[in-house]
Amino acid sequence: MREIGRRHAASDRPAVAEPAAQQDDAERGRAAVADIMVGRSRQAAGISIMRQAALVPVIILLIVVGSFVNSAFFTVSNMTGIGEQASALGVVVVGESLILLIGGMDLSLEGTYGLAPMVAAWLMVPAAAYGSGLLLSPYLAILLLLVVGAAIGTVNGLLIVKGRLNGFIVTLGMTIVLAGMQLGIVGGNSVFNLPAAFTYLGSGTIGTVPVSLIVAVVIFTVVGLFLRYHRTGRAIYAVGGSLEAARAAGIKVDRVRIGVYVAGSVLAAVGGLMEAGRVSAVTGQQGYQEGIIFSVFAAAVIGGVSLKGGRGNMVGAASGVVLLGLVQNILDLSQVSNYWIEAVTGGVILIALVLARVIGGEATAE
Amino acid sequence: MTSTDPSAASTAVPVVEAAGIHKHFGSTQALRGIDLALQPGRCLGLVGRNGAGKSTLVSILSGIYPADAGEVRLYGAAAPPLANVDAWRSKLATVYQHSMVVPTLTVAENVFLAHQPRRGGVVDWRGMREQARQVMLDWGFPIDVRLTCASLTVEQRQIVEIARALAAGTRCLLLDEPTAALERDAVQRLFLRVRQLVASGVAVLYISHHLEEVFEICQDVAVIRDGELVLTAPTAQVSKEQLVTAMVGAQGGPDVAGNASARPSPVHPATKKPGRLGNTADQVAPGLVVDHVSAQAARGSLRDVCLEVRPGERVGVTGLLSAGVATLARVVAGADPWQSGQVLLDGQQLTPGRRDLALLAGVGYIPEDRQAEGFVSLLSVAENTTMTITDWLAGKLGWLSPRARAAAARPLARRLSIVSAGLAQPVGELSGGNQQKVTVARAIVRRPRLIVAITPTRGVDVASKSLLLQELAEITAESGAGLLLATDELSDLVICDRVIVLVRGEHFTEFTEPPFDREALISATEGLLRSNGGGPGGSAPADGPAPAEGQEPA
Repeated sequence: MREIGRRHAASDRPAVAEPAAQQDDAERGRAAVADIMVGRSRQAAGISIMRQAALVPVIILLIVVGSFVNSAFFTVSNMTGIGEQASALGVVVVGESLILLIGGMDLSLEGTYGLAPMVAAWLMVPAAAYGSGLLLSPYLAILLLLVVGAAIGTVNGLLIVKGRLNGFIVTLGMTIVLAGMQLGIVGGNSVFNLPAAFTYLGSGTIGTVPVSLIVAVVIFTVVGLFLRYHRTGRAIYAVGGSLEAARAAGIKVDRVRIGVYVAGSVLAAVGGLMEAGRVSAVTGQQGYQEGIIFSVFAAAVIGGVSLKGGRGNMVGAASGVVLLGLVQNILDLSQVSNYWIEAVTGGVILIALVLARVIGGEATAE
Repeated sequence: MTSTDPSAASTAVPVVEAAGIHKHFGSTQALRGIDLALQPGRCLGLVGRNGAGKSTLVSILSGIYPADAGEVRLYGAAAPPLANVDAWRSKLATVYQHSMVVPTLTVAENVFLAHQPRRGGVVDWRGMREQARQVMLDWGFPIDVRLTCASLTVEQRQIVEIARALAAGTRCLLLDEPTAALERDAVQRLFLRVRQLVASGVAVLYISHHLEEVFEICQDVAVIRDGELVLTAPTAQVSKEQLVTAMVGAQGGPDVAGNASARPSPVHPATKKPGRLGNTADQVAPGLVVDHVSAQAARGSLRDVCLEVRPGERVGVTGLLSAGVATLARVVAGADPWQSGQVLLDGQQLTPGRRDLALLAGVGYIPEDRQAEGFVSLLSVAENTTMTITDWLAGKLGWLSPRARAAAARPLARRLSIVSAGLAQPVGELSGGNQQKVTVARAIVRRPRLIVAITPTRGVDVASKSLLLQELAEITAESGAGLLLATDELSDLVICDRVIVLVRGEHFTEFTEPPFDREALISATEGLLRSNGGGPGGSAPADGPAPAEGQEPA
């Protein structure tokens, strides 16, 4: 789209092409300025395309490295495995990216990622499997899971937007509350024996393709299109780019911000549902104790979503998720000792951040 | 012309003496040879227009930066070096317009900030409170020194600053627009304190935009213009007119059609305001009606302001920085809330502080701070321009195409001749003037019934400036939209049909016939000269919320 816009711009300036016999100085000066600006803008467009594609060579490199590390790496089953694993994380990354785009941050998405499926599972399964014994229908449970997500997002949004509290500390407090509830409900046990309808999203396949991967791709695509072509999506960029300017332009900034916190938490709950389905249980560790929020932020930032708001897109966020998924998988398949694997993962993520910064350069225009 | 006051008590050694002070910033000559002396027990008023050099002079006298040439002498001796802040502070202290107290500390701590009395190397808390209380007692300031400054009023914080200066042993105070943030009663109490200080032998330099204040409490007055002292005299020997002339200079402003022939006459109160409330019931007043609006705002509150802007009419609002000019515009645009009264557009009530609803009601808004509120710098020209009409461009479900935005933006970009590399270029990359044009485009693209503009030409070069004003005038003429132009830039007012002057947040006077006389406008913003025909006595009475006191020289 950008390119189309630029071409229009070029054809808008017929004066430059005309013989400049009668042109006065001012007009010539203006044309010169326009020329310089077109040049600079083309340069900027080039940088922007490079930024979007920045991670592609890194991803190819990782695939090559992975193939050398372990012959099992570049196989259909391993690749679908990666897709399945990365999907749950990816859906949370979509939620976090939305929140980052409005200039906020939400640490409690990992809490929601654990608690929402825990509540749903607890209501479905018999007491013997550490459930409540209420034996709720799995469809109702999934609906409830979404409601839990929406409720958490609403509370966060109201506290941050209407209560004018700091988002960092609100969501940090929230994530601890949620993780505590996750353990409290089931007394620290894991809930298993989940109904098939509940685990389908996380473990089902269509042909050889995991359902979770399809759903994640659909979510990325829909949210990406929404951000690009929907008026609310554009309002998200406006609010994140400049809250005051958006307000002065008559955008309902409070509503947009609260709405994004709600959407982010609902997506985190969906991610949690995928993860629960994948491992066929909801553990007390899921989310907060696994510390997934670091991976979520890392994927978003590696993918070029600015922590300062207003900058980033779903193509970048998706490539960040893929990159992290590959790194994780290669390390799992490699000979790295279990005790060292976290240190190496963290180190690789830091290197990836530096690379993304060098190649793409977050906020070069500022 | 740059001589010190000869009739002052010249026997005493001046507390502060500035001789031949020059200062330039880059290529701008801010001060050109200032000679000034402050005598103990006298209050010298320093007046001048914005940018005349008042603040620069104050900064040099307070030792904040050095003069390029010339000398500052304190008590007859050369001033201490700039680095020796303590020595300087003990001789002379400045109280700024904006409070310099630390809000989280107590009054006593603020009075002795960085000079706490010590005993055995640690802060002597009891001694500090005792001494602070003594200072307050000595000067009759009624403040409990144990309170934290956050709980104090603006007036009380100012007292703390004065007390801090006095506690340091200072016998010389520079008060930089001390009444800007004060209510009327507080101003009177401040005057009492200043008189008391002066009577006890303190030298005071009183900087103010309000000439009537200078006449009220200063013995001497000095006028600074373009970095030079153009007049220094005892207050009793000059008139307000002479001061205004000295401030403005001989040549009338060429940018506000300087014709003295068509003198504006202020509207008489009887022709507007009174019946407004009664009328709304039976007939809807077209255009904007601001009805007895009062609003609290940090940058200037409003008190009981009434005004109307009829369709197609261009109304200017001007006044000093703190007079509430920007607040009035922000209130109408929905950017700031108001506390009482009502704002109606074509008979429809607006909701306080709701910019989004004001937009839907038909108020276009060109905000004051372009960088912060005028545009989203990362987003494109097309997107910024059409940000106010996404509801028109989008389909039922809210989807909209960038192509539709570009199509909607293109005619405006052409009309305002926005120079860019194309409508897809981020606005942050444009020049200041072009960014301002985008802000204007964003305001008018929705075809508003009222355009609210705050200092729309600030920071815009001369050519773009006249183009912008011309466009605003044309747009209102074509579309029948009203224009509320709030500005402190008098040259912007050329396009206006009427100009309303606010003083201290109140409707002070109104000029109804362009061209507007620059000098008359300036004296009106200073709270003087309600009309230029009759004396001040003629127009003062019964104008509702007009300042009653401080009109006439002592």
